[in-house]
Amino acid sequence: MKSLNTLIRIELFKIFKKGRTYIGFGAIFLIIIAIQAGIHFEGQNLFDFIMQQLDQNFQFEGNVINGYLITYLVLNTLWIHVPILVALVTGDLIAGEANSGTFRLLMTRPISRTKLLIAKFLAGWTYTVLLILFMILIGMGGGLLFFGKGDLMVFKDSINFFSASELPWRFFAAFAYGTLSMTVVAALAFMLSSFAENSIGPIIGTVAIIIGITIISTIGFSLMKPVNPWLFTTYLPGWQSFFEFELDKAKILRSVLVQVAYLVLFLGVTFYHFRKKDILS
Amino acid sequence: MADFRQNTKTLSSETYIELNNVSKRYKNFKAVDELSLKVFKGDIYGFLGPNGAGKSTSIRMMLSLIKPSGGSIKLFGKDLAHNRYQTLNRIGALIEKPDFYKYLTARENLEILGKIGNVTDLTSKIDETLELVGLRDRSESKVKTFSQGMKQRLGIAQSLLHDPDMIILDEPANGLDPQGQKEMRHLIQRINVERGLTILISSHILPEIEQLSNRMVIINKGKSVVEGNVQELLNEGEMKVSFFVDDVAKAIQAITTSGLASSLAESDDEKIILTIEQERIAEVNRFLVNNETAVSAIKPLRSLEEYFINITTA
Repeated sequence: MKSLNTLIRIELFKIFKKGRTYIGFGAIFLIIIAIQAGIHFEGQNLFDFIMQQLDQNFQFEGNVINGYLITYLVLNTLWIHVPILVALVTGDLIAGEANSGTFRLLMTRPISRTKLLIAKFLAGWTYTVLLILFMILIGMGGGLLFFGKGDLMVFKDSINFFSASELPWRFFAAFAYGTLSMTVVAALAFMLSSFAENSIGPIIGTVAIIIGITIISTIGFSLMKPVNPWLFTTYLPGWQSFFEFELDKAKILRSVLVQVAYLVLFLGVTFYHFRKKDILS
Repeated sequence: MADFRQNTKTLSSETYIELNNVSKRYKNFKAVDELSLKVFKGDIYGFLGPNGAGKSTSIRMMLSLIKPSGGSIKLFGKDLAHNRYQTLNRIGALIEKPDFYKYLTARENLEILGKIGNVTDLTSKIDETLELVGLRDRSESKVKTFSQGMKQRLGIAQSLLHDPDMIILDEPANGLDPQGQKEMRHLIQRINVERGLTILISSHILPEIEQLSNRMVIINKGKSVVEGNVQELLNEGEMKVSFFVDDVAKAIQAITTSGLASSLAESDDEKIILTIEQERIAEVNRFLVNNETAVSAIKPLRSLEEYFINITTA
């Protein structure tokens, strides 16, 4: 295990020495700051406009525009972008080495291919988790700091109100679920990376697969209906389940299991292929 | 150079690399076809072949980057397939162009490779190897700022970092200018002499192999064409020999009357060039002297380049 730890540290060192690694953090920071600034300056007007109809039936009290609302809006906005940012780094983990010719440098050392892959994936996963933690820190931490706490109102099929006291665990669960989804995305990019000789293909391939399948599923071809429950992309927005008044535990469990199955499939293909692969680059 | 190559025989009977009928097939194309060779401890072993002959594929199989389709590879007397870690730990390698993490410094690159190779006392080892290759003062520079020659030297440094018993260098002078090639040659010689390392070197720069190697193999279309002692192979069969004489016309007349006329290849103001076997050089010399022609120098003209072309186009 000692050598695996060493390999993970080396892989993390390489990831965080690369400029592209910080594109994700920079992008998240800028988007969240833009959302927070927009809500600070225009949030009340926008809220009043949306609430025109509801004001006749409901009476709103307290801090409606609060840190939790900001976090919820950030999540809705960024779950489209985060897969791209994850693929940017994890799609480069293997193909980037092949492209730069450093694989043959590494593989002539007494090193196990399996251990190297494990170390690379865990380092990529660590990056993914750090990206999400950064999102929580800036989005939720910044939101609560500047906008304070309050109840959350969510429009999803119906209007759901959540009290401030129950929101921490709902957000925690949503972020945990999101981490699993992004781990599946990371595994997909990692698998494509093992087949490629440069990182552009796996990065674009990952994004294209996610967007492509999502569009086809959403358009709702009748042919796709029986397939949709078995596609991992169907469950990428599944974190929203934690903002339904009554949690559908069976639905959440199914979402988790399908995603774990894809995770195992993607990693299985990667390990099988890479262990047999001739290093020609 | 003469000192360096004075012992052109095999230096030891201990086999460091042994390939037995090794093949590599890609669909219908055989990149390497039942290649066999032996590298002994202490050798500087030249690995020659035209472009596409299968040199790099063979070297990659020796380093387990590529799995052979057939045959067996033994390193240090052990089967590579079952002793990968033990054997690779005793080998340093530089494969084709030396690629590093360009966004890292020379030292950071070596730290990564040293940690993977379980090198103890890594900092001083890095200083030592960078000193050896003349890059100590650039250790904190990013590799992206390095010239091709500096990258090649860093490539040599990484191959030596873990104190291997043998290094495998695939085209180490690739992309270098003549001065760079000379420096690389001297560096390899130093490593062989000072560290007593066995070296397998593949190159298409034939004078480099001729000056460096004691043994060699020439491969063509994936097959071994000839393997053996460099000097013995070069001295095999007929070769062109220059005889520098005081009177060229007299020498030509003597040669014509001696029955060696067919061997006369060419001549100029100061020499005649004959195509003869090595064993006959002394005989011709005696004949010329006996015919009152002073011979001031005898120079065999067979180079590795000529030998290589003859062998690979035969």
